[in-house]
Amino acid sequence: MFAFIVRRIIQATVVMLVIGFIGFSVKHQLGDPVRDLVGISVSIEEREALRQELGLNDSFLVQYGRFLKNAMHGDLGYSFFYKRPALDVIFDKAPATIELVFAASLIILLISVPVGLYSAIYPKRFFSKFAMGVSIVGVSIPVFLTAIVLIYVFAVQLHWLPSYGRGETVDVFGWESGLLTIDGLRHLVLPSIALSSIMLPLFIRLIRSEMMEVLETEYIKYAWAKGLSRRRIWMVHAFKNTLLPVITVGGVQLGILIAFTILTETVFQWQGMGFMFLEAVERSDTALLVAYLVVVGALFVVVNTVVDIIYGLINPTVTVASR
Amino acid sequence: MKGFKIISLLLMLLIASTAGAKTLKLAMDADPVSLDPHVQLSGGMLQYSHTVFDPLVRWTQDMKFEPRLAEKWERIDANTMRFHLRKGVKFHSGNPFTAKDIVWTIDRLKKSQDFKGLFEPFTSAVAVDDFTVDVKTTKPYALLLNMATYVFAMDSVFYTGTDANGQEKDIILKTGASFALDNESGTGPFIVAEREQGVKMVYKRFAAYWDTKSPGNVDEVVLTPIKKDPTRVAALLSGDVDFIMPVSPQDFKIVGNAKGINLVTMSGGRVITFQLNQESRPEFKDVRVRQAIAYAVNNEGIVKKIMKGTATTAGQQGPKGYVGYKESLTPRYDIAKAKELMKAAGFEKGFEVSMMAPNNRYVSDEKIAEAVASMLSKIGIKVNLKTMPKAQYWPEFDNRAADIMMIGWHSDTEDSGNFSEFLAMCFDKDAGYGQYNAGNYCNEKVDALVLGAQVETDLAKRAIMLQEVEQILYDDAAFIPMHWQHLSWAAKNNVKLEAIVNAQNFPYFGDLVVE
Repeated sequence: MFAFIVRRIIQATVVMLVIGFIGFSVKHQLGDPVRDLVGISVSIEEREALRQELGLNDSFLVQYGRFLKNAMHGDLGYSFFYKRPALDVIFDKAPATIELVFAASLIILLISVPVGLYSAIYPKRFFSKFAMGVSIVGVSIPVFLTAIVLIYVFAVQLHWLPSYGRGETVDVFGWESGLLTIDGLRHLVLPSIALSSIMLPLFIRLIRSEMMEVLETEYIKYAWAKGLSRRRIWMVHAFKNTLLPVITVGGVQLGILIAFTILTETVFQWQGMGFMFLEAVERSDTALLVAYLVVVGALFVVVNTVVDIIYGLINPTVTVASR
Repeated sequence: MKGFKIISLLLMLLIASTAGAKTLKLAMDADPVSLDPHVQLSGGMLQYSHTVFDPLVRWTQDMKFEPRLAEKWERIDANTMRFHLRKGVKFHSGNPFTAKDIVWTIDRLKKSQDFKGLFEPFTSAVAVDDFTVDVKTTKPYALLLNMATYVFAMDSVFYTGTDANGQEKDIILKTGASFALDNESGTGPFIVAEREQGVKMVYKRFAAYWDTKSPGNVDEVVLTPIKKDPTRVAALLSGDVDFIMPVSPQDFKIVGNAKGINLVTMSGGRVITFQLNQESRPEFKDVRVRQAIAYAVNNEGIVKKIMKGTATTAGQQGPKGYVGYKESLTPRYDIAKAKELMKAAGFEKGFEVSMMAPNNRYVSDEKIAEAVASMLSKIGIKVNLKTMPKAQYWPEFDNRAADIMMIGWHSDTEDSGNFSEFLAMCFDKDAGYGQYNAGNYCNEKVDALVLGAQVETDLAKRAIMLQEVEQILYDDAAFIPMHWQHLSWAAKNNVKLEAIVNAQNFPYFGDLVVE
């Protein structure tokens, strides 16, 4: 276990170095951050002086070397726009994104498991066919369209839910949480539904097909022959084995969910990391951009490590150390 | 128990004091980047400045000057304007406002990277007494009052000294922390009570505001930036906010038809143009080719189809109301004439050019460029169009990377001369003229007239000079003007927005009445 974790940390470092390098190479293609800092009529010399001051005129290697040196000290650079260290900005924005992803995952979990199991066990019933039909449509609708339709119906027409933002938040040990106020929760509903809509159909279908496969296996037939209760066969013997691939896919998909927060947050003016990232790209706020990529890269490695550990716990035939 | 009583008593007091208080929930596409009014010259920062600070004079809706911190002004000699300042004005810090603050503010403007260009003609101001200040220029300067609209008095006492980090309080920093970034003390109608950059800004009415005659009755403004156009409109329609700006042309219909919502549009000063690079394309050196392009472009069609009527077709740089505006210079759409001119120039078969345009800078910029490209194909000019986000567009523009480049321009001085100084004068890096002249158009006569207009203080004479400039540019087809974008605001019916908006897009929230 210890060796496994050490190996993972080394892997994580390599991954983040690569991400940092790629982020750094791309930033030169993103345009000139100085343009966003000055009015349009500012003279070329003034702009050039500012570039010099920001160190943007140094060669790629010099800039990258400086970045690496500072990164070793935990300093991922200074955001031009926020005028604060990039990591501080990201940590300020992270709670919003984490809560959104958490709420969306919860919705996915609470809906996909029962619906997936039901439609695997009773594939011929109307509800199962209906669920499959809806999920095909769901997979093919882009998230921003879902979001705009949700806003139009529930905010503009029905006035049931707020259309943008996070609402009232409570500071819990530096974590700005929207989960603890009614207003915050009301604001969370539409964005989390919109975000979950991209993954939900996939998970319903995945759980359904895995469960159907498991239900056909020999040991389930044996369990029926043995006269075990339906509940026990479905929930303990079949469901547990269905979970293995679902967890693997879930780990990977969590990353995609984070990627999709960029769109969802922008439409709902949700003040999280995704929205911040998109704005950073538009402003070519390069330090913030690279820092975001590195942080998300780190998050990926952590999630995948956790998935591997859970995998080992659920499936005893896999030992973590050998992976 | 006792603590509980005190808390409930305080709560009751709070409720009592907020009863009847009017809060305006405002959504804009972005929030101010800093609390320092001199850090960036942009529409957003000037809107902020009008909320928290007061200028010497400001624009009225009919483009006249209205006294603010200056009660009256008089020209003493060719280079000097004397301003008589308002008495009894207090800054948010409690410090009294005097002539020293104006002197200090103009000195600081001359240090600001963004404003120093505009204040280049100014020398230091001189305080004659506590409430009289002489503003001097190096040569006679016709736009002195235009510039006075940018002199937002800052509290010189408040901004003097060093902050907790040992940094000078008056330092202007674009990319780092500074005292003025997070602290303000102006004389304006609102105080910044709370600010979380990119998330929220709360303005509270300044209790000791000097302008007691202002009808404004808003006690609190909560500004939320909402970047996406549809989300901003949805927030207004769902009742989550009271006032939005800007409104995208696509949403005019839905906002205009919505019950209880008032949509106001006004012709703005931003002109959208295309420049024809005479250095990269020798064909463009021929005036007939440039004219042919002007004749081939259907401004009317673009305004109708693409801008959905939310723009005014343009045949010149400055819109109506500007001194250089000439009624006779209108768009000239005539395909037959265009083809004739191409033939006369010897390009009957046409040629191939490259074009670049931004895709997120101006309203429908990408679609306009596409439409112009297809219009030019009708007179045999094959256009290879490339569009890109503004962050990448500006470096390309600086390099004059394509034969035809799109540029929109709003005059910082609200004067006709400014357009020509940046867009039409011969490129001169040292003097800073023609910085955005990607067409490399160069006409000595235009230069002489524009420079002459800078020092001409006889306004009637000056107008004739600037009108002549527009005429020459029109005859030369120096560039291809498209239209002037409209400005737009929308609010709930109880928000009386018509009275506070203007063509500069600086809504005066201090004077806003909410019923």
